[in-house]
Amino acid sequence: MKRNLAQVVLSVVALLIVLSAFLPDADGGLAGIAKSADSYFPIWFSIIAVFAFVLGASSLIGSHVRKIKDRENDWQYSIVTVSSFAIVLIVGLAKLGGAPGLEGDVSDPASFLGRIFSSVLSPLHATLFSLLAFYMASAAFRSFRIRSLETTVLLVSASIIIVGRLPFASKLFSFLPETLHWLRPDKLSLWMLLVPNTAGQRAVLITVSLGVIAVALKYILGMSRDMFGGQK
Amino acid sequence: MICVITNSNHFETWLAAFLTLAVFSFLYRDNPFYKFAEHLFVGVSAAYWMVLGFWSTLWPNAIVPLFPNAALVVGATPPEQRDFVILIPVILGLMMLLKIVPRYASWGNYTTAFIIGTTAGYSLVRYLRSDFIYQLGSIIKSVIPASASIGLSEVANSIFILLATISALYYFLRIRTNKRSANVISRCGLLVLMTAFGVSFGSAVMGRVTLLVDRLYFLFSDWMGIL
Repeated sequence: MKRNLAQVVLSVVALLIVLSAFLPDADGGLAGIAKSADSYFPIWFSIIAVFAFVLGASSLIGSHVRKIKDRENDWQYSIVTVSSFAIVLIVGLAKLGGAPGLEGDVSDPASFLGRIFSSVLSPLHATLFSLLAFYMASAAFRSFRIRSLETTVLLVSASIIIVGRLPFASKLFSFLPETLHWLRPDKLSLWMLLVPNTAGQRAVLITVSLGVIAVALKYILGMSRDMFGGQK
Repeated sequence: MICVITNSNHFETWLAAFLTLAVFSFLYRDNPFYKFAEHLFVGVSAAYWMVLGFWSTLWPNAIVPLFPNAALVVGATPPEQRDFVILIPVILGLMMLLKIVPRYASWGNYTTAFIIGTTAGYSLVRYLRSDFIYQLGSIIKSVIPASASIGLSEVANSIFILLATISALYYFLRIRTNKRSANVISRCGLLVLMTAFGVSFGSAVMGRVTLLVDRLYFLFSDWMGIL
């Protein structure tokens, strides 16, 4: 019963959004309901997202506290997670370090939260992602061996893009005559970005959109209810 | 070198430099410095996004409409009347929190239903409009020149994009026949896709390299003051 009711909520919400996109603007009737639903739902969604953050954070902290209690492997690092979470939460909710009281902007660079962002979160985020440069290069070395025409094309196009983005790319192959300038890595990489890449990405977008539409319809029509758990 | 480093005595710069080096230390192997930085990142980012969500979303969109005087706390003008409709997402949010309690976890299904319903509805409309119809429109537009003064290379590129898109779609949609010509088109489509994936991979690598250069520049310039 509960699962059926949840399915009704899902279908009604989705259908109201779909209807609001296709029905003409009107104050009353179904069109009016759909339009007001369309104006309310994004705000409701963002409010629920904050509660989802709370749920996620409570799960994260719960698992780390359990790790500390049970003295599991590397439990000392869980203290770092829990204490940094608590400090940032207090500093942020109390808007410490910024304008007096709670009147300042939460992301004000002068506040403690802003300074935590610029000195802890931003460097960690950028460095963690920059590490991927090394791992992508090593993964490419292992995967893109020239075994077939397809992998060769992949390797060559990736190499042209990488070389074409180098600051001195325009200087490479500068000995080529004027008529063959299009072979220079900077020109060739730009052409590859604008022409074959456009065609490939367009085909991917069209196919992905068909897939997303099919999956959305599957959920709206109640053909998949896995997300409501296993209870009958 | 030490002299240069001590010149930069700003605590925040030193902290950022320590964390940058701690993460880079993973290139050698997993070690306590990396684990510290990793766990710090998880704790700080979870709390940071929660705080941002509270002050930029929950406070103005849920707390102020329910308690107008709350706007005065942040120096804003309070709304004239309460908006009780906003209780619906607040109740849905609280029902989602019941997922923590196994006995009442099923109450959170209504919130899940709302989230999936909203996502499905908006995805259906957005993908249908901006990806499916817009991209098909772009294919059609590419064969109709915008002006008479279009150059030969633009025409050639447009025809190439059209044929390449059709062949890639042909491969993607798995149109299987025994005709040799159809297999040739499908294979051409695969090559177009491989080129596009190569371009995406190359761009992703260069994006990461840009971040790497930025971090190295920070270390040598802001921290050490060498550059």
